Amino acid sequence: MSELGPLSSRDLIIQATYLIASVFFILGLRSLTKPTQARLGMQQAAMGMLFAVIGTLLNAHIVTYQWIIIGLVVGAIIGYPMAMKVPMTAMPQFIAFSHAFGAIAATLVGVVEYRHAFTMDMGGNMPGMSNGVAAAIGFEVLFGALTVTGSFMAFGKLQELITGRPITFPGQNAFNITLIAVAFLSLGVLIYNPGTAWAFYTVLALGLFLGVSMVLPIGGGDMPVVISLLNSYAGLAAAATGFAIGNNVLIIAGALEGAGGFILSIIMSKAMNRSFANIIFGAFGSAPSGTKKDGGPAREPKTITAEDAATQLAYAGSVVIIPGYGMAVAQAQHTCRELHELIEKKGGKVSYAIHPVAGRMPGHLNVILSEAGIDYGALLTDVDDANRVLQTADVAVIVGANDIVNPDAEDDTSSPLYGMPIFRPWTAKVSFVIKRGKGTGFSGVENPLFTKDNTLMIYGDGKGVIGNLVKEIKALDEGH
Amino acid sequence: MLQIFQLYVFILAGFVGFIVIQRVPPLLHTPLMSATNAISGISLVGAIVAAGGQYGKLSTILGFIAVVCAATNVVAGFLITDRMLAMFKPQKAANAKEQAEMKGAAR
Repeated sequence: MSELGPLSSRDLIIQATYLIASVFFILGLRSLTKPTQARLGMQQAAMGMLFAVIGTLLNAHIVTYQWIIIGLVVGAIIGYPMAMKVPMTAMPQFIAFSHAFGAIAATLVGVVEYRHAFTMDMGGNMPGMSNGVAAAIGFEVLFGALTVTGSFMAFGKLQELITGRPITFPGQNAFNITLIAVAFLSLGVLIYNPGTAWAFYTVLALGLFLGVSMVLPIGGGDMPVVISLLNSYAGLAAAATGFAIGNNVLIIAGALEGAGGFILSIIMSKAMNRSFANIIFGAFGSAPSGTKKDGGPAREPKTITAEDAATQLAYAGSVVIIPGYGMAVAQAQHTCRELHELIEKKGGKVSYAIHPVAGRMPGHLNVILSEAGIDYGALLTDVDDANRVLQTADVAVIVGANDIVNPDAEDDTSSPLYGMPIFRPWTAKVSFVIKRGKGTGFSGVENPLFTKDNTLMIYGDGKGVIGNLVKEIKALDEGH
Repeated sequence: MLQIFQLYVFILAGFVGFIVIQRVPPLLHTPLMSATNAISGISLVGAIVAAGGQYGKLSTILGFIAVVCAATNVVAGFLITDRMLAMFKPQKAANAKEQAEMKGAAR
């Protein structure tokens, strides 16, 4: 698709649809800056995609349509029920899966293009390939393959098909770095001499292998960063495809996704106060025990009954709920809305403190609470804002969250969480911690919040406990 | 020469993306990711050419798989984004008024 000669009117139409698609994509992303405009904006972006697909069907290189049409139909048949049925709690797995699919497409296009360039056609010609295109194809299959297996690994960890704990072995980092070096060496050979088929397939194979070996040592708690990084890689693979086949809309869309994933990765690492390198090579939480502070005898956390907790909630002027992924696991969000409405009916104000890394992907808890019908005006997504509200709050309720309320992040320089911005529920008059049992969180780190003087534990399943609170508050009303 | 021109497009688009996406509030970070994911399903365009071009049998098969995967990515990506964004309605019709008053009082 070299565009050096004069454009035919057919090419002109195709390019026009691509331009329209590009503009709609950018406008769609811009609409996401305001929740009120977002839906319409993204519907327009979908229209843009439709234009681009229709435009592509006019491409003069296409000789048969049957496989295209069957493929589109099959894709729609797979995609539609997937998107309509997936629960909001499973969103990270879904996104990982979707990344993998997009990356498979990008990788396969790379393989087809490469084979095409070095296969004798009927006239006995071999089109060959310039060094520039070879570089693009090399990056395309490297990033594509890495995203495919990396996303499937992330999917497996999120779906708990594989353990969420980091999987490590001695010399792992050296091993990975060697793999990366060999991959780039092969890429160099491919660019220098595009006809070197072994170099191309080595890049492809190492890409696939790297996806697995790089996600293996990353723990479940770090998944928001991994998903963001894979988002970025998927974008880069798409952009490289654009370079390889000379298609600007692919380059633009890929660059947009690459930028989005990159920004989210930075935000996530900042929210954990850790560098990329630390997350990728650190195998966080692999050695949780044995690092306990030696500060006096261990204290037992205090508990409170649902009845007493309900009384305090019913007469609270301001309640801040701090949800973590545990809330989503327990499916407690709908019961939580009931509790929220009851407290509001009694004149209290309820807000939610949502940490940037709460959940398994960026912004995950916001989606889960919105699905439960909670007004997004009640969601405090800024850590500093939430801490300001907590200072004047009567009750803080922590549901299925652990690391994001761990005071060690501020006090204990030896803690793996040290430096991470956290919520301070202990500044509220009292805080209730709803927790399944006495164990540590996903990251495997002890939490001294639980033994603070104004912290009271309510052990049990999140949904059950909140259900009891709702029942008790209702009983309180009937008693009067 | 063509590739230099493409590099311009890539860098400028990345720049636009950076500026626009930086302003997306944390509230919408999940839809943002599914939106960019759906948009990059534009690889479909490359897959279509691979599946429809006369590049040989194996290429057609690989191209077909690519079309299926990319189409799944696009359809599922845009639908799930829409489903999520539909949930971010500021107020439910039933108690819209009441909530509006409460918000006013809160300010």
